[in-house]
Amino acid sequence: MFWTVTQALLGGLATTFQIFILTLVFALPLGLILALGTISKCKPLSYLIQIIVWIIRGTPLMLQLIIIFYGPGLWLGHNIWSGDETGRITATVVAFTINYACYFSVIFRGGIEGVPAGQREAGQVLGMTKSQIFFKITLLQMVKRVVPPMSNEIITLVKDTSLARIIAAYELTFTGYSFMKSAGITWPLFYTGVFYLIFVGILTLLFNYIERRLDYFR
Amino acid sequence: MAILEVKNIEKHFGNTQVLRDVSFSLDEGNTLAIIGSSGSGKTTLLRCLNFLETPNQGTISVKGETLFDAGWPVSEQGKNLRTKRLHFGMVFQSFNLFPQYTALENVTLAEQLLAKERPDFKQKKKQLYADIEAHGKELLAQMGLSDRMDHYPHQLSGGQQQRVAIARALALKPDILCFDEPTSALDPELTGEVLKVIRSLAQQKTTMIIVTHEMAFARDVADQIIFMDGGLVVEQGEARQVIDAPREERTKQFLSRYTQG
Repeated sequence: MFWTVTQALLGGLATTFQIFILTLVFALPLGLILALGTISKCKPLSYLIQIIVWIIRGTPLMLQLIIIFYGPGLWLGHNIWSGDETGRITATVVAFTINYACYFSVIFRGGIEGVPAGQREAGQVLGMTKSQIFFKITLLQMVKRVVPPMSNEIITLVKDTSLARIIAAYELTFTGYSFMKSAGITWPLFYTGVFYLIFVGILTLLFNYIERRLDYFR
Repeated sequence: MAILEVKNIEKHFGNTQVLRDVSFSLDEGNTLAIIGSSGSGKTTLLRCLNFLETPNQGTISVKGETLFDAGWPVSEQGKNLRTKRLHFGMVFQSFNLFPQYTALENVTLAEQLLAKERPDFKQKKKQLYADIEAHGKELLAQMGLSDRMDHYPHQLSGGQQQRVAIARALALKPDILCFDEPTSALDPELTGEVLKVIRSLAQQKTTMIIVTHEMAFARDVADQIIFMDGGLVVEQGEARQVIDAPREERTKQFLSRYTQG
């Protein structure tokens, strides 16, 4: 039984990992774009993004997931997500990407604004373009600043993936939970905690490594 | 002939008038020191020259070419801003070295980026980069930093950092090198090593504008001195004359604080 459960949970972990990775792949660049939009001189754009961030941070992620998944079917008349597992995972990734991009944007903005104005000015007087200043000077200094707060958010994301069970995506928690109904046993659900711990443990080591790699400058 | 001509520069931030009708000219190979108390507009003037601030009135010309005219439309003012900036080099009070690059990389970065814009960059990449690196090493050697080229800024003393910053500004061969209180963030011992470097640049006839609180240094090294107060040029003239025999009452008052101390 133990091996059957472990195997099933590993399958759930694969889905969890898929949601996690895809969300990061899309939310990190989107968050950076939103951050640049917030600090842009174009005020309407900045206000628009601030309102979006307010709405997304101001409502539960679970509610956003439900709206993204059921909304099109309810209000547009046809479900844009396919009825299978792929459709549910896609909807989850879309909802998570929007949600996490907003949180990331606030962290990125703080990181960019934390780089002293003198750094940009030094680049300007050396004849660098705006994009050269951003990519060659600001970006790495920003990354160094945002690693600790980002590690917090990313670790939260690992556990937030369990919300996908609300639309019946077979991620880790839902897989563990399903044994209660099918086999009447509760321990697989508690056992999922071990998987999360190991997942987060590996991430913690990774973040420590990144912090050490960026330790060569101040 | 004057390499730099600044005419009738005015600058205000909101309702605060920071520069009032500032005019001066500077001859090639000469050093100009700008003195005055904090808030007199010295730094703002330098920032205007480097296009970090936009003057509300006035013109700036280098080698007879008008780089800035407040009368121009904004689009014209912003045109070729990068090229215009390259006429000036800037050394900041707080160094502003790029922390993620070594001393040598700090010096060569801008030159490498400019080289990429050359039409023949792709064919000559290796040669260009080798030349740039050799130039960077030469500049750092000139600053007495041959043994510090691979150090990161945080591994250097303040005086060393400022010397790297001077090398970085020199790397693009500006027509005029500006210093904004280059030693104000340094203790007296480190101040000496930076002043020594600036002094040797003056001897090599580098055209420089130095905002400074080091009166003795300004007197010895500068050809011309401008004394500013409340955004106005109160007095300008030959360096020794301004320091030793100021004509204006306000200049005398300001200098007396230094000579008594």
